[in-house]
Amino acid sequence: MDTRKEKFPYGIPGHNLGEVEREIPVEEPPVWPINDKLKVIGKRVARIDALEKVTGKAIYTSDIKLPGMLYAKMLRSNVPHATISSIDISKAKSLPGVHAIHLIENTPKEGEENSSNKYPMVKYVGQPLGGVAAESLEIAKDAISLITVNYEEKPFVVDMERAMEINAPIVFDTPITQRQDGGDVGETHDGSKGEGNVRGPSTSSFFGGPRGNLEEGFNEADVIVERTYRTQVHTHMPLETHGVVVDWNADAMTVYASTQNTAAVRNEMASIFNLPKSKVRVICDFMGGGFGAKHSAGSFGPMAGNLAKKTGRPVWLMLDRQEEHLAEGNRPNSMQYLKIGAKKDGTLTGIQQRSHGTAGVGLGAGVGRIAQILYPCPNFATEQYDVLTNAGPGAAWRAPGNVQGAFGLEQAIDEMAEKLNVDPLSYRDRIDPSEVRKVERQRGAELFGWSRRQAPGSSKGLVKKGLGVGQSTWPRFVTLDSSVEVKIHKGGGVEIRSSVQDIGTGTKTILAQVVAEELGLQVNDIKVNIGDTFFPVGPGSGGSVVTGSITPPTRNATFEAKTVLLKLVAKKWETDSSELFMADGQVSHKTNASLKMSFKEATQLMRTSQISKIASRSDDYGGFQQPWGLAYGDLGSVQFAEVSVNTDTGFVKVDRIVAAHSCGRPLNIGQLESQINGGVIQGVSYALYENRVMDIGTGHMMNANVHQYKVPLSMEIPEIETIIVEEYSGRSSTDAYGIGEPANIATAAAIANAVYNAIGVRLYEIPITPSSILKALGKVS
Amino acid sequence: MNKFSWYEAKSVEDALEQVNSTVSDELYQSSENATIFKSGGVDVFDWVKEGLLKPQMIVNIRNIPGLDKISYDPKKGLRIGSNVTLAEIGSDPEIKNQYLALHQAVNHAATPQLRNVSTLGGNIAQRNRCWYFRSADHNCYRKGGDRCFARHSKTGENENHAILDNGSCVSVHASSIATALMAFNANVVIVNAEGKQKTVPMDDFFVSAGEDMAMENILQAKEIITEIVLPPPSKNTKSSYIKQVARESYDWSLADVAVVMEVSGNTCKSASIVLGAAAPVPYRSVEAQQAIENKTINSENATAAAKAAMAKARPLSKNDYKVPLFVSTITQTILDIS
Repeated sequence: MDTRKEKFPYGIPGHNLGEVEREIPVEEPPVWPINDKLKVIGKRVARIDALEKVTGKAIYTSDIKLPGMLYAKMLRSNVPHATISSIDISKAKSLPGVHAIHLIENTPKEGEENSSNKYPMVKYVGQPLGGVAAESLEIAKDAISLITVNYEEKPFVVDMERAMEINAPIVFDTPITQRQDGGDVGETHDGSKGEGNVRGPSTSSFFGGPRGNLEEGFNEADVIVERTYRTQVHTHMPLETHGVVVDWNADAMTVYASTQNTAAVRNEMASIFNLPKSKVRVICDFMGGGFGAKHSAGSFGPMAGNLAKKTGRPVWLMLDRQEEHLAEGNRPNSMQYLKIGAKKDGTLTGIQQRSHGTAGVGLGAGVGRIAQILYPCPNFATEQYDVLTNAGPGAAWRAPGNVQGAFGLEQAIDEMAEKLNVDPLSYRDRIDPSEVRKVERQRGAELFGWSRRQAPGSSKGLVKKGLGVGQSTWPRFVTLDSSVEVKIHKGGGVEIRSSVQDIGTGTKTILAQVVAEELGLQVNDIKVNIGDTFFPVGPGSGGSVVTGSITPPTRNATFEAKTVLLKLVAKKWETDSSELFMADGQVSHKTNASLKMSFKEATQLMRTSQISKIASRSDDYGGFQQPWGLAYGDLGSVQFAEVSVNTDTGFVKVDRIVAAHSCGRPLNIGQLESQINGGVIQGVSYALYENRVMDIGTGHMMNANVHQYKVPLSMEIPEIETIIVEEYSGRSSTDAYGIGEPANIATAAAIANAVYNAIGVRLYEIPITPSSILKALGKVS
Repeated sequence: MNKFSWYEAKSVEDALEQVNSTVSDELYQSSENATIFKSGGVDVFDWVKEGLLKPQMIVNIRNIPGLDKISYDPKKGLRIGSNVTLAEIGSDPEIKNQYLALHQAVNHAATPQLRNVSTLGGNIAQRNRCWYFRSADHNCYRKGGDRCFARHSKTGENENHAILDNGSCVSVHASSIATALMAFNANVVIVNAEGKQKTVPMDDFFVSAGEDMAMENILQAKEIITEIVLPPPSKNTKSSYIKQVARESYDWSLADVAVVMEVSGNTCKSASIVLGAAAPVPYRSVEAQQAIENKTINSENATAAAKAAMAKARPLSKNDYKVPLFVSTITQTILDIS
């Protein structure tokens, strides 16, 4: 590979900005300066689809209507654990308007006798058993209510701590494996011990395994903090529920999907229905939220596919709110034991973590890597266990595991600071080597007014004020299988195509910004056609990978197309294309001011109707920490919380959050603020409101709706101020990364620390409620 | 949701002729050809959508002429038609001036959108929000079943439930407006199929679970609420109301308190104190009333009254926080009077 050397901006403007030399592939574009010197990048650019969204013109999956389309509804279990002896569909079948019924059946493996059970074992309330397609949704629902499922019920367990007991009912009696790394990126390994409902432990991540010697570490310690923290099960509740519309004709299967990963849904549907990938097209134009729960086709995708196959008609299948809560993912709970030791000067000598979490019938209920990597500590070990229960499966949820992990770690660090008699912010200055978090602490503390913080419990009056802080880290993940096509049309018009979807955070807009910056055009000159697997495959919207994965190839493809165009202009002007540049909608000559041509005129020189270039994500300049795409650096953040606690009634109100974040080179300030606001709001909700309530006597979720499952509404949302720290590291042609996960990690910990500061009593469990505050204050037993 | 026919009632008589059952009767033991009323429809359609209520016909009483008026006479008091919306009550200036606690209670109920469609009659007749009662998968006493899931000391999810009079059913009444209405000694005007009208004090309108598990109020099939009547306040009448909720934007009460007092200077001459979300029906605290009457309204006396109100509290496994919450809320509501 031919390379050249270039100097890139490196560091944080206003703090330590310098340069770094990188060797980069020759075909990649020249270095961008810092944002101050760019025209479109790093600015507050309005969403290109804002008008469509706010006027209701944007077409979401549930809005899709096709000729002859049928409506489908799923049949679900209403018992937590059972074998199905029979299912009677005779009444449903004869209901006028019903076109097809599909039941999920066990498929015997090759060479095996037919399984004695025709239907899969029921493991939780809400488990999909089948589906009906009918002329209307109402008929489909009526048909579902006419189906009788005969169960042979078995003992069940939905409470994690009960499930851990020796004599607890067994959820799975066959061995199943545990996933590493708290359910996000990472390899699967067989960690199964097969004991009861407990699986694991997972003891390592892609940052390695245990370090040093814990016993020695704790022996060296002058101060020990040792606590157990608990967090609740948190369901995703995207505004738009899961669902698809499947249109299957002789030529291809088209799947309109509410998904954060069009390519993964395509691959799944192709595999399930034995179709070549070229004959499955997944489209997601607008997306009403996913938060990690919409990476796959689920059971509803294949169900709609089967019903479409049986009926020969398009099938619409969107889930309702109850189905969302019961079966389409949740953030597992956690019970985390954490022990940390430090010397008198604050130096950490040991961190020990042991966690249990339940993802229901799923796995991946760990507490992430945050205790492993946020603060360097020579002696570290973690044991993360999954506990199986008869409840809906967990799913990735905005920084899987790490949000739970931060809740424990950042409270323990706060407690350690107090034991050492150091301000919690200064203590982090001492033990955290991250430059970006140092700047975030400084800038955040100033904006927040950290100096107002009083000693814990010293706030006067009935309503006590408290201030707290929490930190986080998130890896810079890159999906290497990220491609994009950029087209320049003859006569003007520029188009971007990729299967990457806009989960709602503004991916379409940043792609237009990147192309506009490179071509010297306006954002509105760029047509963004994404969320369609007939285009080059882009990344899934998970792990905060999208911006870092898809913007560099977008810039590179644009640059390659631009180079072709400039050569045509150079030929006409009889000069060298390296003498030309594009800005303000024009092609100009660097030294001869008389040579000017509009972009549109330049495209008239093309011999063909378009210049089309496809680029894929290249390796980071200087390589990766792990070759699969774990980049160097991190996405560091510091969040500050101000709360009011009514010590008489127990109500907590979050008054204000200051969120200081970094994501490499920021691309669109307005969208970043918006995304951080969303993460903070979910964090507030996690700390105070949302909680899946399971009746352990019957195995049912009691608040599978939107009024008793309490997401915050306008009056619960604090004043949120954001600080975005530019941090350059010269790793790609855009040097930009995402912010999705980081925005959500530290909030609950910061709030818990603020509550402690207000009342002088620490709460080790969320959600924090009037009941838990009044208990902590000794006002109830 | 089942299919049902729709009848647009033209008059009270017309409506009463059509109807043959009540939501409560149907939830307790469903019948084949049930015809029920619907006014704002907020509560009724929840039940229908859950499949717990399967009426054969719904009689829409929302558009019956004459039930949508508010009138105030300083000598006769306040009359509110049963079809008046909460939004209309909440924005009525006379109600704000003369019946402050009602104004406050109405404006803290539900959401602005729901207040636009909810009617006063429907609000006080709505069924409780116990999540077991509302679940098709839990056949509790209130639905003719054989147990109370919420009461169970090991498995009951009863954090929102009753701490007083909770011997039979542990749900709490869903109307926080009823708390204020009862504190004002409102009367419910009910008309029956024979055209007879009866006026029932709020205290007698609600039915405790111990008396009848099927019902939360006295309404029978072929009876309809036409008006709520509040006696006129004197120049010494003062009132206040506080509702405690997990979410201020939109939530059912965890504890709400209405206080109406006749005062002389800073002394309470007589008190009407009602607690919402404390018991299966709005709960008049005679103990609190007695404790504050003829006393100076101050922190010490207010707290003593609040504690007296809680003397008979019997919290369940997960709602003992409600006791200090009520003590605080009653105290503050009394102090807001002065």
